[in-house]
Amino acid sequence: MSDTHAQTVAFVRTTMLPEQPPPASEAGVIKWMRENLFKGWFNSLLTILSLYFIFQIVTSAYPWFANGIWNTSSLAECREMLDGMTGACFSVLTERWNQLLFGFTYPTDAYWRPTLAFVLLIVAIAPVLYPKAPRQLLVFTGIYPFLAYWLIWGGTLLTPLMILVGLIAGYFAFKQFERQSFAMGLLAGVVAAIVVIWAGGIVPAAMPDVLAIQAIPSRDLGGFMLNMILGTVCVSLSLPLGIMLALGRQSSMPIIKWICVIFIEFIRGVPLITLLFVANVVLAYFFPPGSNIDLVLRVIIMITMFSAAYIAEVIRGGLAALPRGQYEAADSLGLDYAQSMRLIILPQALKISIPGIVNVAVGLFKDTTLVSVISMFDLVGMIRGPILASTEWNGVYWELWGFAVFVFFIVCYSISKYSQWLERQLATDRR
Amino acid sequence: MKKLAILGAMTAAGLSAGVASAATLDDVKARGKLNCGVTTGLVGFAAPNANGEWEGFDVGVCRAVAAAVLGDPTAVEFVPTTGKTRFTALASGEIDLLARNTTWTFSRDVDLGFEFVGINYYDGQGFMVPKDLGVSSAKELDGATVCIQTGTTTELNLADFFRANNISYEPVPIETNAEAQPLYLEGACDVYTTDASGLAATRAAFENPGDHVILPEIISKEPLGPLVRHGDNQWGDIARWTLNALIAAEELGVTSANVAELAAAPGNNPEINRLLGTEGTLGAMLGLENDWAVKAIMAGGNYGELFEKNIGENTPIGLARGLNALWTEGGLLYTPPFR
Repeated sequence: MSDTHAQTVAFVRTTMLPEQPPPASEAGVIKWMRENLFKGWFNSLLTILSLYFIFQIVTSAYPWFANGIWNTSSLAECREMLDGMTGACFSVLTERWNQLLFGFTYPTDAYWRPTLAFVLLIVAIAPVLYPKAPRQLLVFTGIYPFLAYWLIWGGTLLTPLMILVGLIAGYFAFKQFERQSFAMGLLAGVVAAIVVIWAGGIVPAAMPDVLAIQAIPSRDLGGFMLNMILGTVCVSLSLPLGIMLALGRQSSMPIIKWICVIFIEFIRGVPLITLLFVANVVLAYFFPPGSNIDLVLRVIIMITMFSAAYIAEVIRGGLAALPRGQYEAADSLGLDYAQSMRLIILPQALKISIPGIVNVAVGLFKDTTLVSVISMFDLVGMIRGPILASTEWNGVYWELWGFAVFVFFIVCYSISKYSQWLERQLATDRR
Repeated sequence: MKKLAILGAMTAAGLSAGVASAATLDDVKARGKLNCGVTTGLVGFAAPNANGEWEGFDVGVCRAVAAAVLGDPTAVEFVPTTGKTRFTALASGEIDLLARNTTWTFSRDVDLGFEFVGINYYDGQGFMVPKDLGVSSAKELDGATVCIQTGTTTELNLADFFRANNISYEPVPIETNAEAQPLYLEGACDVYTTDASGLAATRAAFENPGDHVILPEIISKEPLGPLVRHGDNQWGDIARWTLNALIAAEELGVTSANVAELAAAPGNNPEINRLLGTEGTLGAMLGLENDWAVKAIMAGGNYGELFEKNIGENTPIGLARGLNALWTEGGLLYTPPFR
């Protein structure tokens, strides 16, 4: 059979043809454009229209950026330099840069302190956010809140140190009694912590100058720093609180259950701005005049309560999504309530809840700007109040608000990107 | 209902507790600082500068009172308040004095339990419109959209004015003056109404101030002044007479430049002598040092100097004295005698 073709055809190719490139219309950019931009007359029309609009926006916005002026000291001067041209007065950002970041009463020579605290924050949250970061850093994460408090508010280092010692004492007491039962351990831990902190309170009072740096009252905090402080503190506090509320709401003990239900439903039924007004205005009526509980502390408590209620509901959704078998499996292994929650239920429930929690966190971060309504000078408060009301910069809007949008977008977009990454990392069941 | 009553009783108890500790002067002296409520920012009246120091016409009143009481014009803790938080801040004792371009009205004085210690700026509500709207009187504004700050007396005056003239309008509520400017410039409202001083300041900041006109109608009386809590008359007297001292100083020709010289020794004008404490014991009657007025005048100058420096015709705001001139020059400023 091998010579069959020898008689019928003149030539038989014995090697493969070299690979040809695909036709130009079926490959690379052209194919992509044909499929995505110019598929059919309708899509082509839409593409051309969109391109036209993008072109219009870019060409009309470009001179505004390109002619931007960065080094004048007032709006009038800036307009004079522009001389009728379209252009932005970015000089408001450069001149008031420190005020936008730190507020207008934070001492100038202490700007390094919140900056350092921010840099250390990145180091401290790395081991929490990235499993690959060295585990030893977790020790630093534990120390960080106390260090940051000392850096931002100043005073003697002994105050946060005593609180840290109290918490460590509480932890050891918890470990000691945990073997008897989780609840006993918790109770012993809390009692030990309170006793040590209360007793240790005399130490910083007796030696207010040990390792002391200039103390800065809360009223002097401001700018984007205030947003970052409120955002970070409230998110990290409301997460554990939210988990506890969610578990409490599922509890079979009626008192705990009803306390949690009422708390969650009440807080969720009230707008955040109302809670802030309560923190600022109404509480002042109930304390004797002169006894002023720190305003930032009051606001942190209110925002934390607010977001904890929302996070609790998100986590309850995660708990409800777990099949009943998981709970039964935990019981059949002989684990007690605390163990089964810690080892089996919560890891799965929290994984399901990540998108919801991040949603709350992003919303919470943006909600911190509401404090400007109760006359605190966060980034928005600084822009709305002092900067726009100064004789030099009265009338600058786009540059300032654009800056605020830019800063908030960067932070919120990074949070959202991180959560997407985290979801992919934890998607063990759907790989 | 019962709960409400309890809550009300608690609030009343809290309020009366605030009133009971009446010796504000002692509190301020013990604290070493005057807690003074100001706005979160109003051009010319109160705003922090690039170094974070408060400046402005209302700020000048705070500094004068601090100087009179404590001898130091910088011993002031400025507490920024919004239109909504200002009265609770004063009632709860968070601030000792509120100098926040607040209109003196019957209900604020009587019902809210405050005491206005005087008037540091006579204002009135006006309207600003773009020139190309072609309006020359506020009575032609039928059907206009009006930008208006909420929670202020201007809101109520506006409703009164339009009802009295039987014309309609559509309000666009806004929170602050800063918010109103872009809304007005972008045409979200045809008319912007607020106190005439505010309108002038706002217009001065526009890129083309000539394109906008302020209508001739002034539809309300807005006497703006500092205020204190009811129930501590001594403290009220101190604030009242510090303000009066600034006005009297202008009338008598005492300025920050010559006050030290005039106070060094009794001159031949007995009223100046009494004001500056070189004769008589007016300061002691207030419970202050005898040179209290000297320090108050040194803090930022007399009334006229404060006006010129912060909102006068040489500043970007460029307000004329108008009603705020001395009575001898056709204005309304008239202080009782120092005797």
